[in-house]
Amino acid sequence: MTLSLRQRLGRYFATYGVWIVMTIVTLLPIWWMFVVSMRTRVELFGRPNLALSRLFTENYINVLTDSAFQRYMTNSLIISTSNALLVMALALLATYALSRYKLAGSDNIFFWLITNRMAPPAAFLLPLFIMFTRSFRIGTWTLYDTHIGLILLYCVFNLPFAIWLLKGVMDGIPIELDDAAGIDGAGLFGVLRHVILPLAAPGLAITGILSWVFAWNEYLFAANLTSVHARTITTGLAEFVTVTGTNWGELAAMSMITLIPSAIIVILAQRYIVMGLTFGAIKE
Amino acid sequence: MRNPRTGWLLLSPTLIILLIFGFAPFIYVLVVGFHQWNVFAAEDGLLFNGLDNFRRLVFDEDFLHSVGLTVRFAVFAIGSQVVLGFLLAQLLTRDFPGKALFRIIHTLPLMVAPIAVGAIWRLLVIPGFGPVPFFLDRWFDLQYQIGSYPDQALWTSIIMDIWHWTPFVTLTMLAGLSSIPREPVEQAKVDGASRFQVFWYVTLPFLRPVLLTTVFIRIMDAIRTVDEVWMLAGGGPGTRFTGIYIWRVVFPRTDYGYGSSISIITLYLTIVLCWLLFIAISGRRKGDIE
Repeated sequence: MTLSLRQRLGRYFATYGVWIVMTIVTLLPIWWMFVVSMRTRVELFGRPNLALSRLFTENYINVLTDSAFQRYMTNSLIISTSNALLVMALALLATYALSRYKLAGSDNIFFWLITNRMAPPAAFLLPLFIMFTRSFRIGTWTLYDTHIGLILLYCVFNLPFAIWLLKGVMDGIPIELDDAAGIDGAGLFGVLRHVILPLAAPGLAITGILSWVFAWNEYLFAANLTSVHARTITTGLAEFVTVTGTNWGELAAMSMITLIPSAIIVILAQRYIVMGLTFGAIKE
Repeated sequence: MRNPRTGWLLLSPTLIILLIFGFAPFIYVLVVGFHQWNVFAAEDGLLFNGLDNFRRLVFDEDFLHSVGLTVRFAVFAIGSQVVLGFLLAQLLTRDFPGKALFRIIHTLPLMVAPIAVGAIWRLLVIPGFGPVPFFLDRWFDLQYQIGSYPDQALWTSIIMDIWHWTPFVTLTMLAGLSSIPREPVEQAKVDGASRFQVFWYVTLPFLRPVLLTTVFIRIMDAIRTVDEVWMLAGGGPGTRFTGIYIWRVVFPRTDYGYGSSISIITLYLTIVLCWLLFIAISGRRKGDIE
């Protein structure tokens, strides 16, 4: 199909017109938050100025040197990273089992896994709250307000998609490779370590990255199942508004810091985000 | 040679975690939903009351209001996302310089924490220094304050959701569009079909499974929306969606039995809604074939 020069020019204008408008719509809200994070309280009021007037970093310094914020940040890092590692390990074992062994009812298990993601999280808050505060109790120790509690809980949301994503990868690894390693004398964990792990590594990395970001972003459970010791960064962000209420510059600075991992992940794992969000139902 | 017992052993940690933290709470909600259990009530503990919670629910104006709001939110937000997402996906099927950058920028909102999305939009609409109320007042002489006008709060939530999730629809539609074979489209053009006819009779049927999956996932997520709307409006009027209502019943009011029954109904409504959608879309498909 050949187009005249005029048609082609028109098409270019339309494409770049949409390109520019959509980019502005997407970035302007984030830009405004960045501008707010670079201002003092006094500078904020009056006519909203969308341009960056100067580099004022005190909000960032205040937030980063605040001990509560440091704790939230450390907690979030610990919880997200441990959760991602745990999900990667469990999903590797689970998908290996589902792919290599004939297990009665494994199709049903597969389906059941996804239903774990369907329920409204608010519906699970109450039973989890009771489980965390009452059911799992050893002396005075409970799961409530612990890192391990959230790490295990986030598995419920991350494992289903991790297994859906890795199952395809695992099925793609020829079973002959396992057998060959088995003949050479490798045991089950030898096979997993020296054959499966290197071949599944890219898929495993994507799984880990996406699990990490979901755990990092989660708010509702973290807010209701922790109080002091295991509070995460998203919860800290929400608390900011209700407790101090007015220091918008610092709130914006803190939000900007929370955004950094998201931005990195979009660049790193861009092609796999859709797969992760649709349980691998839609691939790019 | 491969012993199934080893397989189960490998699967067991996953199953145990999901049973304890995924399945047990679900059963728990089912049981508590049929009991009266309020920590502030005279008798502490579970009191079986059959369907009383559900009877109460039917006449609970706050609950019905929250369902109405959630449905309006879901319909307008998802409708706009599908239309916008489809148009943008059409744009992205073409190759043009700068496409990769556009995709990266456009995907960014997807990975932003919902609570941060709420913070971003709160800063935009906050009275005093937010640009949105200022410019609406200046240019259109429109009083904008989401704390005072429930409708404005609802529409702000919808627009925020569109900003947040349109990229998701764009990307799934793009995946769907690029998997459509070229021949039927070319053939239809040769046969003299208009652009709309090509879209309606060729593209759309091919796109149906992707469209269906996308809308299912969006419905599930829209009904679950709590974080960003909470951060935006603090549960103010116009944004008391079902998820937020459940939270209010369970936590500040500690009405555990009633909260559980609302959870059951919400879960049930989600399934029914997805099922109806499924029937509606697959029903039309049968009509097409005949």
